[in-house]
Amino acid sequence: MDFYFGLAQIIGVHTLIGLSAYIVLLTGQVSLAQAGFFAVGAYVAGMLTVLAGWAILPALAASSLLGALVAGAVGFPALRVKGLMLVIATLAFGEAVRLFFFNFDYQVAKGGVKLGPLGGEGFRQIRYFPENGWTTMDVMLFIWIFVVLVMAILWWFDRSRYGAVLRAVGEDELAAQSVGLNLTAVKVSAMTIGGAIAGLGGGIYAHYTTHIEHASFGILLATFALAYPILGGLGSVFGTVVAAIFVQGFLIEGLRFLGDWRNLLFGALIVLAMNVRPKGFLDAPTLQWIRRLFGGKSGAA
Amino acid sequence: MALLELKNVSRRFGGVRAVDGLDLAIEPGQIFGLIGPNGSGKSTTVNLISGLFPLTSGSIVFQNEDLDKLPTHLRLQTGIARTFQNIRLFGQLTVWQNLWVAQNSPADRAKRGFFSRWLGGQSGVREEISQLLEFSGLAHRQDELAANLAFGEQRRLELARALATRPKLVLLDEPAAGMNTEEISQLRERILKIRAQGTTVLLVEHVMELVMGVTDRIAVLNFGQKIAEGSPVEIQADAAVRKAYLGGDA
Repeated sequence: MDFYFGLAQIIGVHTLIGLSAYIVLLTGQVSLAQAGFFAVGAYVAGMLTVLAGWAILPALAASSLLGALVAGAVGFPALRVKGLMLVIATLAFGEAVRLFFFNFDYQVAKGGVKLGPLGGEGFRQIRYFPENGWTTMDVMLFIWIFVVLVMAILWWFDRSRYGAVLRAVGEDELAAQSVGLNLTAVKVSAMTIGGAIAGLGGGIYAHYTTHIEHASFGILLATFALAYPILGGLGSVFGTVVAAIFVQGFLIEGLRFLGDWRNLLFGALIVLAMNVRPKGFLDAPTLQWIRRLFGGKSGAA
Repeated sequence: MALLELKNVSRRFGGVRAVDGLDLAIEPGQIFGLIGPNGSGKSTTVNLISGLFPLTSGSIVFQNEDLDKLPTHLRLQTGIARTFQNIRLFGQLTVWQNLWVAQNSPADRAKRGFFSRWLGGQSGVREEISQLLEFSGLAHRQDELAANLAFGEQRRLELARALATRPKLVLLDEPAAGMNTEEISQLRERILKIRAQGTTVLLVEHVMELVMGVTDRIAVLNFGQKIAEGSPVEIQADAAVRKAYLGGDA
């Protein structure tokens, strides 16, 4: 059973980083910086519980806040560029964060053992959960409470005028300006919220793996972050969680029996999925069909 | 006192003078027509007023305020709304949402707090949006995605979206392009109603049937310069205008 709980933990954390890219993608911006915000959150939360002795909740609040601050600060200059330029700018930021942690040493002796980040060695012994006697199931439930919370908030945004405004900016910036919308404010707000979600996800990730290192926060994670909302569809937050389950649960774990052939099939199945559902698993017609099924009314997408 | 005043406005693209020393004054409550052959600078003028690109020289004053330094979204918030020559809707939003996102006027911002304006639901704004939908004849299409509308409906929605910003001046860039006679006469009715509600209209148009029937005053552009201005009757009799449109020395 622990295997499935562990898998659910991975899916939960990947859903969070996918959702952090989802809200940014709504405004039409492709950001490869999400792994960077995730890394900041992971190191901050880990250092707070291990070195400063904080409890997990305040540590996660701090990692989320710092993720938001960094994202807002990156967003202002980065969002002045568009399209491929933004992809390169955010990629550069993500790599800069990774290399920062590759060189980051801050160790403190605690009870005869040196703890804390140690450059390329990474940051070991983030043992808040085991030290406090949490079982794998406890941690899994803890993670999914946050996933559901973040999904609920984003779902609420989607039903509000703010959500419609995010999509309007993503559709046509010129038209959005011409109805009086401030593009910079809208994009930076989405980036900041995305940073908060990524920082939270990183903080949780640091604690369930208990060991983080710079290599985990590279371009691969940034690509996964973008892949979930795109594969799942931008019509609704549920697409991202469906895609995270599909990729982490089915493609990575479910096909493990295939051995080395798995990686080959992995790519092929993603290409196939994108061809069968070019607008994502939960595209607009599917969502409309689901809404009619439940007798929904006008409005939110 | 003019509502909108363009003083010696020029805009150059490379070596081309798209707009060249243009003076215009639009009085409150007017329906002002801007006509001219293709490439004469009409759309550029609209884009300059709405701030899509900066002036090369000159100034634009709206309600005694110099617009030159204002970014686009703030210009629109001061009460200038526009439509586009090639329709620019938010295609993947519903008709209803297209109007919802446009509610950024100072009046709308004053009426509701930040929280309820951005994160609140649809309840507080249903009435206003219903009126706009009714006005545009789109009430039965309110839940449709804007991209799925027919061409004429998209034009109507774009006009409604401009009105949702509660403008004092609305810039219509060829609103009748591609419309049939029936649709043009409906558009004429709508423009007159917009004016009756106290909104000034700048109408850029090729369809003379509409321009001559609805405007109070017309300016004619050719190669970025104003070659004539007057009432529709005066413009129809003007020799320079005939020459610009028909060529030669007609």
